Amino acid sequence: MNKYELMKIAREIRINVINMIAEASHGHPGGSLSCTDILTVLYFDKMNIRPDNPKWEDRDRFVLSKGHAAPALYATLAKRGYFSEKALLSLDKFGSILQEHPDMKSTPGLDMTTGSLGQGLSAACGMALAGKLDKKDYRVYVILGDGEVQEGQIWEAAMTAAHYKLDNLTAILDFNGLQIDGRNEEVKSIQPIDEKFKAFGWHVIKIDGHDFDQIKRAIEEAESTKGKPTIIIAKTIKGKGVSFMENQVGWHGTAPNEEQRQKAVEELERSEA
Amino acid sequence: MSAATREAYGKALVELGEKNKNVVVLDADLSKSTKTAEFQKAYPDRFFNIGISEQDMMGTAAGLATCGKIPFASSFAIFATGRAYEQIRNSIGYPKLNVKIAATHAGITVGEDGATHQSIEDISLMRGIPNMVVINPSDAEETRQAILAAAEHYGPVYIRLGRMAVPDIHDKNYKFELGKGEIIREGKDIAIIATGIMVSIALEAADKLKEEGINATVVNMHTIKPIDRELIVKVAKQTGKVVTAEEHSIIGGLGSAVCEVLSEEYPVRVKRIGINDTFGQSGTPKELLKYYNLTFQNIVDVVKSFD
Ligand SMILES: Cc1ncc(C[n+]2csc(CCOP(=O)(O)OP(=O)(O)O)c2C)c(N)n1
Repeated sequence: MNKYELMKIAREIRINVINMIAEASHGHPGGSLSCTDILTVLYFDKMNIRPDNPKWEDRDRFVLSKGHAAPALYATLAKRGYFSEKALLSLDKFGSILQEHPDMKSTPGLDMTTGSLGQGLSAACGMALAGKLDKKDYRVYVILGDGEVQEGQIWEAAMTAAHYKLDNLTAILDFNGLQIDGRNEEVKSIQPIDEKFKAFGWHVIKIDGHDFDQIKRAIEEAESTKGKPTIIIAKTIKGKGVSFMENQVGWHGTAPNEEQRQKAVEELERSEA
Repeated sequence: MSAATREAYGKALVELGEKNKNVVVLDADLSKSTKTAEFQKAYPDRFFNIGISEQDMMGTAAGLATCGKIPFASSFAIFATGRAYEQIRNSIGYPKLNVKIAATHAGITVGEDGATHQSIEDISLMRGIPNMVVINPSDAEETRQAILAAAEHYGPVYIRLGRMAVPDIHDKNYKFELGKGEIIREGKDIAIIATGIMVSIALEAADKLKEEGINATVVNMHTIKPIDRELIVKVAKQTGKVVTAEEHSIIGGLGSAVCEVLSEEYPVRVKRIGINDTFGQSGTPKELLKYYNLTFQNIVDVVKSFD
């Protein structure tokens, strides 16, 4: 898919994210919007999947380790055809297939349950180990938050991935610089994050996480990197695409009211592509 | 004959690994103690040492399970269920993944290693997680069958194993049935419901009581969740008095589970034998069982203390 097609899809996903969160009056817009472009490239250009057969054995796997960005993943899955886009507005509602945090038992297309930060990379390692054991060539992708990597389990898993040479595993760090209580730099610095992963035995690629060509190329480079796992450190903007949300820590977990929703959707509709 | 349940676990894993190629084993640098090293020797490709990273081990096991593997993840009970509690809850229990947590060195009979290593809360922790099955086998043969049964059951299972050798109560003719307690001795005066290493001790107590003219029913409650409600009510009706015995805190374990059932369905007096809301310490298993009132004599005394 070319860059313009991907941009168009990403824009539609962002609009759905805003509408879903506004309808639920609950959810995490900032971190959903920052990883939307990455999800778009994965699901519409790179991943080998069959939306009509979500549990297909040989599919590429995806784990949203920063599970609170579920609205972006749900909107992506719906657009890709795993379930109807109409279901998106049921987010968080009682009995919905869309739980606030990803529940693999509720939602078609989810490969792992997440929401408690720090746990997804381990699960991705398990999937990658199973792939090696079964001599299958599926790939495993996982998106991590930058605040999330403050969890110790991430580094346990980072060691596991390198030790078992999980070159079928690609992690993508949604490096938007913000978490809940402020900037990573204020709360607890994660820097130098590239050096840390290198020291843990990973291949590290740094990109602009909103540049579709760079995202694609990085995923291809990860695929051709043998003998070690790859992490793509994607510099992103929290709240990307909605001017009043961009880089605002306050939009981490706040739902837009009706006026804000309209403004955000108008802005997204007017944006390029 | 006697053997530690962890020894039986190591052997059972090898047997299971032969039968079922989907079985994989994970350990966190304790494979010689947990006996998963036996599996590693037999099937090196299907064994993963995750290093001293219990949280990562549980998450990795979860990921393997999503791809159709049947992972057995082992460490000492305190680290498996304590350090990695929330990983077990959120990455295994909630998605109902087919992971078996087989933890050894449960209870105070760990001995010399002392309180930091003596898990007395693990049953309570695991029992509280929806979807989790909890099994505490009493001897080698029961362990073997419980491991095979756990692999057959789809979903998370916690299997509690010990370090210390325990007498063999069961032979090859025994049929372990998940969720169904076993009546090993029948008597009309009192029911002793025991689990794990306390089953053989309860049997000794029953022998002693018999000499004194008291006939005790002894139940081996190997599955603590789902608990065999029917059997508990039945023995309570027959005897009117119940004693529970476990090498675990009296808070949240077998004693609590039995009281929950009886208070709802058939209230009778229950006395709980277990670790009395206190930490363990270093010592030999024998010394510790005595100090913490987990001997057959203690059971006898408690039985006789009913008015
Ligand atoms: C283990 C755990 N602790 C705390 C939380 C609450 N929480 C949800 S999102 C979040 C901040 C995440 O920051 P980051 O990983 O940078 O995500 P992003 O900024 O991309 O949304 C926290 C602390 C959680 N979900 N899990």
